[in-house]
Amino acid sequence: MISILRSMWLTFLHVFHKTETVEYPEVKPYLAPRYRGRIVLTRDTGKNERCVACYLCAAACPVDCISLQATEDEDGRRYPEFFRINFSRCIFCGFCEEACPTYAIQLIPDFEMAEYDRQNMVYEKEHLLISGEGKYYGYNFYKNAGVDMGVKGKGEGDNEEKPVDVKELLP
Amino acid sequence: MKYAFIIAGVLFIALTIAAGLIWVERRLLSVWQDRLGPNRVGPFGLLQVVADTIKLFFKEDWVPPFSDRPVFVLAPGILMVTILLTFAVVPFGPDFYVFDSNIGILFFLGNSSLGVYSIVLGGWASNNKYSLIGAMRASAQMLTYEVFMGLSLMGVVMMADSFSFCKIVETQKGGWFFIPQFIGFIVFFIAGIAETHRLPFDIPEAEGELIAGYHSEYSGMKFGMFFVGEYLGITLISALISTLFFGGWLGPSFLPPVFWFLFKTFFFICVFILLRASLPRPRYDQLMELGWKILLPLSLLNLLITGAILIFLK
Repeated sequence: MISILRSMWLTFLHVFHKTETVEYPEVKPYLAPRYRGRIVLTRDTGKNERCVACYLCAAACPVDCISLQATEDEDGRRYPEFFRINFSRCIFCGFCEEACPTYAIQLIPDFEMAEYDRQNMVYEKEHLLISGEGKYYGYNFYKNAGVDMGVKGKGEGDNEEKPVDVKELLP
Repeated sequence: MKYAFIIAGVLFIALTIAAGLIWVERRLLSVWQDRLGPNRVGPFGLLQVVADTIKLFFKEDWVPPFSDRPVFVLAPGILMVTILLTFAVVPFGPDFYVFDSNIGILFFLGNSSLGVYSIVLGGWASNNKYSLIGAMRASAQMLTYEVFMGLSLMGVVMMADSFSFCKIVETQKGGWFFIPQFIGFIVFFIAGIAETHRLPFDIPEAEGELIAGYHSEYSGMKFGMFFVGEYLGITLISALISTLFFGGWLGPSFLPPVFWFLFKTFFFICVFILLRASLPRPRYDQLMELGWKILLPLSLLNLLITGAILIFLK
């Protein structure tokens, strides 16, 4: 009997407690910078698409929600002809981001993607591509890669040593 | 003409409170669980009741083909009718009652006994295992608790020397009955919870064990009738507690008597909801044991002592 009254009293005291509810549409929650939300395709410093259509993201995706088709422009630079993510399948695991060698595909802190029509959950390249660089500023894949895409001269890339002039090495 | 106004007023107050309780209960429960509760529809979420009602009306009103159709349709109505009829004898104020019956308490007890039919028939007509178990539990529980629900009120009746609610309230001008009749008050309160099968005594519904007990086959507004019937039951028991033990409409005269009556009633409604927020459901045999082994002897003892003292004082 005492314990019943005590538990009733303790429950009543919750009137003076702080409510835990976050009134969501008015009060937005804080999302960490590395939050895994909506997927975007980024551009590099020269405003070119970072994506080189290597299919690694599509291969890494555990639910097969990414599909793309590689093609080349007149300079021989690879880029995806189309890039499609079906967000009704996506589980936001971030494997595609980890697999990407060029930091092109990135997950950003945004989760407000609800749609009334399921077909609208399929994002094409024009919906995915953003004009900025996302989380990795100043990174350009072709400054690290061996392929010459007119971005850097020989030996001018990041983490690259000057070419050795074999004739200078004479004893 | 005045008579019609009073009937309309009583019906309006009872049904408004019962419907409003849907919102009140959800808000209060959320306060006690550190949440906010429904606050979107209208100011403070007050229009939640309207939204719920519209939803209930637009739901498919499905009568199961395996059910006993006429009984199935009739059952929810019985609950509403019996409870609303009892409101007729409850005095809301000195001149604000539908009729002052000299068998008021018996009328209430009889009506609440008839209310059991609603649940038993609803569960039986559903032709469903869970509903039947729920109905069986409900009938056993309500019959048990009805026994000493009546007995616990006999102390009040002896002290007021009348079965009429108005007379009982008048008698309490010398002092509210919950002090001399404290045991009676406690027993009536517990019996009232069991009678309306509210938590913690919601064993007939026990959503964890019986899905929803006797109303698991009901949908649409038929379910709504059971739903509102339950809230009407809470309102009725709270109104009766305040009438029988807490002086009904008596109170300081700077506010109208009806206000005091509604204030006390609302207080006990809040206690009902607090009980729901804090206590777990007992086992079925525990409920029966509490009834027959503790509350029944207690109410008989209360009856004996009250009678002895009254005779001694005479």
